[in-house]
Amino acid sequence: MIVAEQKDFNDILRSVEAFQRVAVAGCGVCVTVCMSGGEKEAVGIANLLRLAAKESGRDAVYSVATPFRQCDMEFLDEHEAELEDADCILSMACGAGVQFMTEKFPDKVVVPGLNTMFIGVNRELGYWTEMCQGCGNCVLEKTGGICPVARCSKSHFNGPCGGSGDGKCEIDKEIECGWQLIYERMKRINQLDKLTELEDVRDWSTSRDGGPRTLRREDVQL
Amino acid sequence: MTDIKSNLQKILDAGHFSVTSEIGPPMSANADFVRHLAKDIVVMVDAANVTDCQAAVVRMSSVAASLLALQEGVEPILQMTCRDRNRIAIQSDLLGASALGIKNLLILSGDHQSVGNHPQSKNVFDVDSIQLLKAMNDHMEHGVFISGSKSKMPAQFFLGATTNPFADPEEIQLIRLEKKINAGAKFVQTQAIYNIDRFNEWMEKVRKRGLHERAYMLAGIVVNKSQKSIEITATVPGMDIPDILIERMRNAEDKQAEGLAIALELISEIRKVEGISGLHIMAIGWDEIVPVILDKAGFLPRPVI
Repeated sequence: MIVAEQKDFNDILRSVEAFQRVAVAGCGVCVTVCMSGGEKEAVGIANLLRLAAKESGRDAVYSVATPFRQCDMEFLDEHEAELEDADCILSMACGAGVQFMTEKFPDKVVVPGLNTMFIGVNRELGYWTEMCQGCGNCVLEKTGGICPVARCSKSHFNGPCGGSGDGKCEIDKEIECGWQLIYERMKRINQLDKLTELEDVRDWSTSRDGGPRTLRREDVQL
Repeated sequence: MTDIKSNLQKILDAGHFSVTSEIGPPMSANADFVRHLAKDIVVMVDAANVTDCQAAVVRMSSVAASLLALQEGVEPILQMTCRDRNRIAIQSDLLGASALGIKNLLILSGDHQSVGNHPQSKNVFDVDSIQLLKAMNDHMEHGVFISGSKSKMPAQFFLGATTNPFADPEEIQLIRLEKKINAGAKFVQTQAIYNIDRFNEWMEKVRKRGLHERAYMLAGIVVNKSQKSIEITATVPGMDIPDILIERMRNAEDKQAEGLAIALELISEIRKVEGISGLHIMAIGWDEIVPVILDKAGFLPRPVI
């Protein structure tokens, strides 16, 4: 899933305090699961905004609407009537949702309530880690199912740098060395010999380095 | 045609035990700083590494500082990391370096920018060190860039790599060393050696794979000036300093003399190791000690070829 965290409340407050009618828009998928921008969090932020408005004597209205997905226009359409009234929409979705909301309401101010962080997994309650960078050219079949692009700090393709110690990355003792994990995994599945092959220079044009990406599939188009 | 072989390569090819040290460019545009460091070691070493923003701290470019060293008569070993430049910038800088007469190239990953003084910077690593070694080897042998397009006059270097005998996991570090040599490394500098027993075990594995016969293995040595220096060195990732050496520095009255004594003992042990072709001395913050060590270890005068 896309993992995101809430922006500092004071930053959110600053970006919406000039508006009289603010709609706080949650999103029902990834950010609901990672507990940063779902209905519950949107209601919480709206409450905090109401309190802040009351304290500073401002007259403002804060409503809440939570489309199932902000990254699909049909779900934004379902909530059009609720959102139409607002003069500012605080989108609690990932960056994609915020931008689609902007496209849906081109005349309104749309501001983000979250910092979108990474494609990752939920390891334990309240702890998420990055697993994928969406590089567009998956190599997991070569590296025992552990990604060298996302999980090695230097995105090395030919083994670990000399900076790891006790299986941890040189940048932080809390971060596991991705290549230590790949090595252990390859050993376990008897594929260590695969790591002796030289992995040649990579084509990054399938990743963000090639510019903003699109995917068009004729087989599913009408 | 100009001689394309570097002095370092000639020394090693002739079977001499090579001696190299380091020039760390300043955090300034002060050319005299580099000239001064070079003057101190001229004719004392066969070549000197010129580091590339070591520890991810902004410093004078390694290409520029290499040229300054060359002008003082010290043959540079240009360090090029994969941290800060994409393949366009790296290949461009290396064409320039070769055009300036720089003949040795040491390719490294580079410390991650988060450990340096610009942790907010972008992370490049477009190519990794092994990919770059292979790309440069292909460039030199076939006159091609990474894209496959041709160069009428390719860069020429004596290609080098690094290895860490003490990094984890050892097995994959050995695989990586072999890959570096397969990719085209002709000489390999090791991480600083303090633990001779562990280094001997590592070299036995290197010899078993025949790697010392395919590339010159140059053993790294750090000379510590003070107790603080050895303690800081001990915290460097992938460094293995036996407690007894740290203890010796702690107990010594004359720290500098003890640091020098430890280095000389390590050097004498390293010279006995089969498959080691040279010594690489890193005297961090104590550059003036290099000629003293070389003299005391009997490395002077250097052979002239």
